[in-house]
Amino acid sequence: MRISRRELLKKSGAAAATTIAAPYIWPRGAWGQTTVKVGILHSLTGTIAIAEASVVDAEKLAIEEINASGGVMGRKIETIVEDGASDWPTFAEKARKLLDRDKVAAIMGCYTSASRKATLPVVERSKGLLYYPTYYEGLEMSPNIMYTAQEATQSVIAAVNWLAQNKGKSFYLIGSDYIWPRTTNKIAKPTIEKAGGKVVGEDYIPLGNIEFASVINKIKAQKPEVILSTVVGGSNVAFYKQLQAAGLNGKNQALLALAVSEEEASGIGVENLEGFLSCMGYFQSLKGAPNEKFVKAFKAKYGPNRVVGDTLECGYISVYLWKMAAEKAKSFEVPAVVAASSELEIAAPEGKVKFHKANHHLWKHARIGAFMKDGQIEMIYESPLIEPNPFPKI
Amino acid sequence: MSLDIVVMQAFNGLSLFTVLALMALGLAIVFGLMGVINMAHGELMAMGAYTTYLTAVIFERFMPDWLGVYLLVAIVLAFGVTFAFGLALERGFIRFLYNRPLDTMLATWGLSLIMQQTFRNLFGPREVGVPSPKWLAGAWQPTAGLSIPLSRLFIIGLTVLVGIGLYRLLYSTRWGLRIRAVTQNRAISGAVGINTARVDAITFAIGSGLAGIAGSAFTMLASTGPVTGQQYIVDTFIVVVFGGVDSLLGTFSSAFMIGQMQSWLEFGLTGSMAKATILLCVIVALYFRPSGLFALKVRR
Repeated sequence: MRISRRELLKKSGAAAATTIAAPYIWPRGAWGQTTVKVGILHSLTGTIAIAEASVVDAEKLAIEEINASGGVMGRKIETIVEDGASDWPTFAEKARKLLDRDKVAAIMGCYTSASRKATLPVVERSKGLLYYPTYYEGLEMSPNIMYTAQEATQSVIAAVNWLAQNKGKSFYLIGSDYIWPRTTNKIAKPTIEKAGGKVVGEDYIPLGNIEFASVINKIKAQKPEVILSTVVGGSNVAFYKQLQAAGLNGKNQALLALAVSEEEASGIGVENLEGFLSCMGYFQSLKGAPNEKFVKAFKAKYGPNRVVGDTLECGYISVYLWKMAAEKAKSFEVPAVVAASSELEIAAPEGKVKFHKANHHLWKHARIGAFMKDGQIEMIYESPLIEPNPFPKI
Repeated sequence: MSLDIVVMQAFNGLSLFTVLALMALGLAIVFGLMGVINMAHGELMAMGAYTTYLTAVIFERFMPDWLGVYLLVAIVLAFGVTFAFGLALERGFIRFLYNRPLDTMLATWGLSLIMQQTFRNLFGPREVGVPSPKWLAGAWQPTAGLSIPLSRLFIIGLTVLVGIGLYRLLYSTRWGLRIRAVTQNRAISGAVGINTARVDAITFAIGSGLAGIAGSAFTMLASTGPVTGQQYIVDTFIVVVFGGVDSLLGTFSSAFMIGQMQSWLEFGLTGSMAKATILLCVIVALYFRPSGLFALKVRR
């Protein structure tokens, strides 16, 4: 068959137009019932990639496992990964793309509160569904967001009470200067007083600060029995290194951090961390079959040297929580999935946890552990399941 | 406040002064000589830090017995690597942008983003762990209450050495003479037969090398990751601009003032308030002396 040039142009033009227009012509669900789309929206580049890139790995692992066992209601999950690039407007833009163009059934994503706040209006307007896997300050409950990590009251109250009973009554609060540490300390202060303790110092340092010598001197001058740290990110490396250099270590000073997990250990240097405490919802060293299976699968996929921490685990269970809710609702429609999530229980690596009846957060354990020589955390204390309370009365 | 705390606090001020000076020296000579605002200066420090990390890994694997001295080797290597990189950068990139200060700023900022992503792709997004040699861990305790961190003593010593070295280079060698001449008057220097392009290349490379030394030394105090450079760059700029862009004395005095101010303000206020107060002071000072505290007075 001979095709003239004009014919060829016409035909290829029509073919191209059809390909581009196809997603707009056939609405969601009417075509290709064999898969369901899920978006992953985290920073793979930029400053926050340090924490978020590995959450993507955990979420991909969960999706891979679900697909290997037959998908969700017989439909394989098709993953669409978008890079939020540590830039809040980009998060909003990519969320819009995922919801309006790709028509994803759910998004697993966001890390910082700033990125979540930027994504929230987009998700609400497009009536999408976002699973948010990071511990945060609370004070939020969107009908279109499921919060799968601890909100502030779930870690700090348990941590303060345990510290006051076991380590001492005088507290020094130090944190990075933004909303999460300040809200956390706002909850911590009345809790400390109620527990019969007192706050001898409170200090905030700018994000990314690497100079802690004066703060450490202040701590030495006050001689607190306990330091409660909400320092985040690269500042922690400087903080622990300089504590060690100033002669404060896990043997002679009680320090509990609310934002240092196993994942940070190698960057900080385990010799600087040993003996210091951490409070999280999950530790890699937890016993139990679901966790051993999770850690083994993660290491098999990404290498034996990889470490899992709280946010990774929350990202992992987010995917499963969505799957279970969709199956319970027998639907991928957002209102049905949200309704089915109420009191939904899961046997997670961190133990059995379940969604609150109404407020979109999980009932969680607070766990306190001490860093060991190998950078792992050994659990010392485990609270019973704590009710999520994103709007505490202080 | 006990005497011990006062002594330690005074030491902190001194230590912060040397940290800031070491950060800013490289930027100051490049800025002063060429008017190039190198936004990638922080990433050059990060490059020095990663060189230190790689040296540590190599020592751990092949000669664990010599791990104690790896840092000294690493500092020399960091200087070499960043010097070479700076030279290539100047010849292949910066020199096309002379006399276009805004363009250099934008271009070097873009370069800094590219370098950050390169670090992230090569070493992963997490910070890497750089071990402290045994002899640098912990503190020197002359009395029971007093403890002076050894890593900070080391950085003070290093800054003194680098400062003396740079002074000797600038004021006792032919190269230094040429660099100073070009800094003061580029056109006349060219007219009397100084190869200004060559002076530019070498100076930029030395500036980069100094950034490498700083980055390498700071692995003892802070983190080594793709965004490490960002933690340093703001302080570095404040020191250079506050001190006046073309005098080493200015850089040192400005580092001293800011260091003392920061360390005492941090002690008295919270960390964030201290930083805000310092920025306010710098703004007021620059309002009255726009070219910095110690600007060189020359005919333009």
